[in-house]
Amino acid sequence: MDKISFNLSLFSYLMASLAYFVYLAYRRPLVSTIAGWTVAFGLLCQTVTIGIRSSQTGHGPYTTSFEVALFLAWLMVVVYFLTEWKYKIKDLGAFVIPLVFIVLLFSAFLSKDAALVPESEEVRFWLTMHRTLSIMGYAAFSIAFAAGIMYLIQEHQVKTKKLGIMYFRMPSLEVLDDLNFKVIMIGFPLFTLGFMTGSISNTQMNLPFFSWDLTRTLPLVATWLIYSLVFFGRMMVGLRGKKAAQGAILGFVTVIGTYFLHIL
Amino acid sequence: MISTEPNLVLVGVNHKATPVEIREKLAFNQVKLEASLEQLVSRPEIAENIILSTCNRVEIYARVDDTDQGIKLLKDFICDYHGISRGSLDQYFYSYTDNQAVEHLFRVSASLDSMILGEAQILGQVKDAYSTARASSSTGLVLNQLFEKAFNVAKKVREETGISERGVSISSAAVELAKKIFEDLENHSVMLVGTGEMAELAAKHLISYGVKTVYVASRTYERAVSLAQTLNGCALGFDAFKEELYRADIVITSTAAPNFIISKEMIEQAIDKRKNKPIFLIDIAVPRDIAPEVNDLENVYLYDIDDLQNVVNANMEERQKEAESAMEIIQQEVTNFNNWFSTLDAVPTIVEMRNRAEMMRLNEVDKTLKTLTHLSDNDQKAIHQLTQSLVNKILHKPTINLKKKTQSQDGHVYLKAIRHLFHLDD
Repeated sequence: MDKISFNLSLFSYLMASLAYFVYLAYRRPLVSTIAGWTVAFGLLCQTVTIGIRSSQTGHGPYTTSFEVALFLAWLMVVVYFLTEWKYKIKDLGAFVIPLVFIVLLFSAFLSKDAALVPESEEVRFWLTMHRTLSIMGYAAFSIAFAAGIMYLIQEHQVKTKKLGIMYFRMPSLEVLDDLNFKVIMIGFPLFTLGFMTGSISNTQMNLPFFSWDLTRTLPLVATWLIYSLVFFGRMMVGLRGKKAAQGAILGFVTVIGTYFLHIL
Repeated sequence: MISTEPNLVLVGVNHKATPVEIREKLAFNQVKLEASLEQLVSRPEIAENIILSTCNRVEIYARVDDTDQGIKLLKDFICDYHGISRGSLDQYFYSYTDNQAVEHLFRVSASLDSMILGEAQILGQVKDAYSTARASSSTGLVLNQLFEKAFNVAKKVREETGISERGVSISSAAVELAKKIFEDLENHSVMLVGTGEMAELAAKHLISYGVKTVYVASRTYERAVSLAQTLNGCALGFDAFKEELYRADIVITSTAAPNFIISKEMIEQAIDKRKNKPIFLIDIAVPRDIAPEVNDLENVYLYDIDDLQNVVNANMEERQKEAESAMEIIQQEVTNFNNWFSTLDAVPTIVEMRNRAEMMRLNEVDKTLKTLTHLSDNDQKAIHQLTQSLVNKILHKPTINLKKKTQSQDGHVYLKAIRHLFHLDD
């Protein structure tokens, strides 16, 4: 059952991605409506998958690499819907949903075994906090990543004065820059809290509060530094536009890199 | 008479083949339009009509009994109405019937037949022509449906193709760019450096899109003041504008200065002061006012007059391409209109209804005659005649009424009811 719903959601996201590409190129309102409903259907199926999985393991979907990818993809869609509802940027789907599809497709190749859960309730609490907060942060960052890419495409066109089809399709630089900043403004504190609760859970497990682990902690620190530069740069010195977009893209690439270092 | 064709005709002249000297003579006075419509529809040959008269076209759409006769009648009407002899005008008239007339109206409403492809004004004019005609009761079932459909087609074309979204004048291209940089222009400001006519036009365009704060700087302070008054803005001395540059989101320069008056350093300072908030610079002066390397700065976008002209040219080409996909939509909609019209056609239904009745009559008469073997041939004939005339009598009124009703607004409802009651679709 959870296999069927997993495959259905994977298939829905693939179809929706294609539909969003078609919409980007041909702008048929019907296509974007179909794409939206397809994503909603995918989200529903994925919710079923997560529900079944959680009832089997007895905890939320954030312990194994598979669960993390599954949960991240799910949250990305949720954040996407919230953004779409707030900003009405229909073409954002063409940038976010393929990313969701890739994350979910990747998770299909990971081990489906459940992980061992720590005995101590306190450890479990801090670990759960750490994982949920971090994944929520990553989901927000993924939208910033998509907005960043859209910004660079749009900026390039306006700057070089070659106004192609995307110039008309995509929103203004101000909207994209604003979206980029807003999602980082939400994602960065979540990610920071996730970082801190992670350190607390370390101490609960009698590990050092902070360790200079080359594969685990350092990339996380790098990620945090990049986003803090984008976040505080905006607040303090008006870092915006192209540099903020590049920061959001670099940040998310680091997030992905960190994840891979984790599972290797 | 019930026809299987809509019997639509269209007679007109437009900007493509007819010079303005002729068009202006043929234009219908908007005030007297209702009288003209009534005059036409009172003719027995004309069932419905709509007159569309704009500065680029004069067209009469009508539903008539006979299309050839209708075309001639409409041409005569236009000539007589304006007191011009038909001979001198014949070369300018175009006329279409049925499908072609439908396609033409869809093309006109969707602005594919306009002087500037995709301009929005024509749709409003077609809507006005339609509501005037409705008000004077010169339209009926078919033209109402046709024009309502035309408005939908125009909307669909505008939404599904990019035909109207690309600015084809310098100032509209500039506004578009501003909206792609700033989105909502309402909280943004514009500074005019120099008071050229083009700059004023662009500024007015921006203001119409919501720009509220306007600064005007000119070498002659009085001109700055007078233009600032027209634009409801604030005048600056020519030396002061350099200090105030950072306040403006959009800067339009149009001075007669022989050299660059805005350097890269000036914009660098302004952008620093603005904490990197973008600036859109429009240089419509020749020779140019702004050093081109300004465009290398981040968050600064500089367009000179040639850049804007290139954008306009590219947009024109794009509109041409979009017109092709618009034509696909239109052709589909012409088919849809025909399908709608064919549902109005009562003839096939009447034939089927009568066939069904005749079949039943024959069945029943045969059954009866088999039992009445003693009847002579003449008696049998008499029974046939009697039943035939019974069936005819019973079906006579429904046939007449159906023919009549299919010409009315809810004609298709009657057709559907008849088909249902007589089981014609089984």
